[in-house]
Amino acid sequence: MIEVKNLKKTFGKNEVLKKINVTIKPQEVVVVIGPSGSGKSTFLRCINLLESITDGQVFIEGVDVTDKKTDINKIRTEVGMVFQQFNLFPHKTVIQNIMLAPMKVRNIPEEKARAKGMELLAKVGLADKAEAYPDSLSGGQKQRVAIARALAMEPKIMLFDEPTSALDPEMVGEVLEVMKQLAKEGMTMVVVTHEMGFAREVGDRVLLMDGGIIVEENVPQELFEHPQEERTIAFLSKVL
Amino acid sequence: MDIRWDILAEYAPFFAKGTLLTIGLSIASIIIGCVLGLFIGIGKMSKNKWIALPFNCYITFFRGTPLLVQILLVHFGLVPLVLGQTNGITAAITALSLNSAAYVAEIFRAGIQSIDKGQMEAARSLGMNHRQAMRFVILPQAFKRMIPPLGNEFIVLIKDSSLAAIIAVKELIYWGQALQGQYYRVWEPYITAALIYLVLTFSLSLVLSRLERRLATE
Repeated sequence: MIEVKNLKKTFGKNEVLKKINVTIKPQEVVVVIGPSGSGKSTFLRCINLLESITDGQVFIEGVDVTDKKTDINKIRTEVGMVFQQFNLFPHKTVIQNIMLAPMKVRNIPEEKARAKGMELLAKVGLADKAEAYPDSLSGGQKQRVAIARALAMEPKIMLFDEPTSALDPEMVGEVLEVMKQLAKEGMTMVVVTHEMGFAREVGDRVLLMDGGIIVEENVPQELFEHPQEERTIAFLSKVL
Repeated sequence: MDIRWDILAEYAPFFAKGTLLTIGLSIASIIIGCVLGLFIGIGKMSKNKWIALPFNCYITFFRGTPLLVQILLVHFGLVPLVLGQTNGITAAITALSLNSAAYVAEIFRAGIQSIDKGQMEAARSLGMNHRQAMRFVILPQAFKRMIPPLGNEFIVLIKDSSLAAIIAVKELIYWGQALQGQYYRVWEPYITAALIYLVLTFSLSLVLSRLERRLATE
């Protein structure tokens, strides 16, 4: 589903990603953990080309996103993304936030987009907030709307970039709950997070990144209980 | 200080005509200035330094030289060069538009660049192309932030249109000076003119603050 080959990313002289190789299978939930500055977010952002790729290739369902001939906008419709800072559109109501891309990008008629939007809002438990503006919502509600907005494009893959890091602690649960639900329904997910509980419970595989490389990867149980690498042990001792 | 109401009554029709011309000059220059400013602002934001350079020069010139000098240059230089003869109204509108375009360009650029880059990323991540993201996500938000500085700029422009009197455009101040010349009176023409300008600028700021409130999302 996603195949990352020798991915490199540099910002000026700073080498953020050094030769990343990962394959993510359909319906798999891959959780990426690691200290800050390890390149986790950059790795995620390279998958849908929000960051330009310095070297290497990323294939999404066999299509090379680094190929100049690839229509990246089309790829992005298949890859939903949820940001740490929510990035809801503040000038639009909740339902308009969700309907915008389906209507403008997929040319779905308004009534249909609205029906789909309401369905998704119900799913994330916010049907009553459809006509509210994002500014009036709590962080947890905003993030659930952001998830619904990404789902409205009916993506095959969802990328989560520290979705709970900007939330007050009591709101983390409601967002993770929605993500768990999504995982249960078979969505392919790549999740960058500091929520070790989520990684352990929901992840099919955990990648530990540090210094721009994947230090260790394994099923959660093994990685958390029998870490092999020095750096994994050091990191886990700090967060667990 | 006694006020000669009879002179004011005599000049009332001229002040009325002058006011209309002031309004006309201002509206025309605001519209042309905005369209031009939009274009220049986009040009200045170009990532290519060589494309941005001429727009930068334009803004530097028109912000860095007095409007009065620009009006004189356009009136005695540019307009005769193009039309073959002088034309006060054309020169006034041209100079005011070119001048305000420089300021509008900066307001426009600042407005767009003030929008958090996460907004563009979110729009792009949903599959929108750059143009769609600008049109549906960035510009509506930028526009809202641009209203107060644009309001300032329009108010400045209305007031600056009085400089057109220097090239004998028959706007408000032109008639004020005519009254002064005829009757050697100072207070009547200029207090009247000041009050009329105040009414114009105040009405404009009312309209703009109403617009701002209508676009509020809280």
